[in-house]
Amino acid sequence: MLHRFANPTRFLRIASVVQPWMAWATVLLGGAGLYLGLFNSPADYQQGNSVRIMYVHVPAAWMAMFCYSSMAIAAAVGLIWKHPLADVAAKATAPIGACFTFLALFTGSLWGKPMWGTWWVWDARLTSMLVLLFLYLGYIALVNAFDDPTRGTRASSILVLVGFINVPIIKFSVDWWNTLHQPASVIKMGGPSIDASMLWPLLLMAVAFTTYYLWVLLIRIRTEIIANKIRIARLKQVHG
Amino acid sequence: MKRKHKRLTFVGLALLLIAAAAALTLRAFEESIVFFHSPTDIVEKQVSATQRLRLGGLVEEGSVEKHPDAVVKFKVTDMANSINVSYRGILPDLFREGQGVVAEGTFKAGVFIADEVLAKHDENYMPPEVADALKKSGKWDDMSKEMKRQGHVAGETPK
Repeated sequence: MLHRFANPTRFLRIASVVQPWMAWATVLLGGAGLYLGLFNSPADYQQGNSVRIMYVHVPAAWMAMFCYSSMAIAAAVGLIWKHPLADVAAKATAPIGACFTFLALFTGSLWGKPMWGTWWVWDARLTSMLVLLFLYLGYIALVNAFDDPTRGTRASSILVLVGFINVPIIKFSVDWWNTLHQPASVIKMGGPSIDASMLWPLLLMAVAFTTYYLWVLLIRIRTEIIANKIRIARLKQVHG
Repeated sequence: MKRKHKRLTFVGLALLLIAAAAALTLRAFEESIVFFHSPTDIVEKQVSATQRLRLGGLVEEGSVEKHPDAVVKFKVTDMANSINVSYRGILPDLFREGQGVVAEGTFKAGVFIADEVLAKHDENYMPPEVADALKKSGKWDDMSKEMKRQGHVAGETPK
């Protein structure tokens, strides 16, 4: 199964079919989600209109953790089974995940000032999320730090796997310690504690963020494969 | 085949060891990771007068007094113990009676003098109409009791 998709030629063929679908899904679902979230959903009984920041903040935070988990899986597959496509996928995911993490921190800060009364606090949830951003940035720096790309991939894959321990810490930080950040509203025992009129736009945005990630991921992997082909062709020219 | 399995075992074992190390570290630092202490914590631990700390809990119903010069006095409670707080400054929008808050400051003669008050937000999201309907039908109290039972309210440390 894995071997079948790990073939770059077959992957390129599938990717060129899937990519436009992801682009359209992002535009349509994201457009619908933004419209519902920003204009056609109720204000919150406590937060008023500030609640609308949540429609970007929450999907961005989910994707920040999703991207990191995907990177960890890809890094493990790359290290253990030596699939070259897995390494390419991990490397292609890092900047996207870093952007999602930054977006979650930034929108959270914008929300925090009017609601909590502060831009930033060092509670367990906010701090572990900042650590996630540094893990992404550390990975990006490390993977490009070696002249020999395979050594960079190995070192950075180990970093991703070690850093993966931070993902459950982020998720459960609000349950394990008392924090200023609220506990989970959607993915929790006993079902969501968010009204259906707000849950739907949120889920639409979450799907749109996921298709956006897949869209950009496919572009980045295809670019990387093509760049590799060019590098090999140049090397052949020089040595041939 | 053999080498693959060796690598898989090695990565798996390494991850388990890292998880164990992280769990032990976080347990050891538990005291400094918590963002605030509940009134009960503070009453039991007998904190020194000069120590700066964060106090978290609910603003006790009917305890908020506004004084001239933007001084606000209120009680922070966790339903077991409550502590008198005095604060001078602008309160966040979400500050109200029954709301979770976190105050940072020091004790002076049994009163907690806060220099920063933050509002804590809970995990319930709903339109105002739904909140009104819940209050009217009497389900609101059930819900807040349920929240307190689960330790979701600020100030109650889930153990």
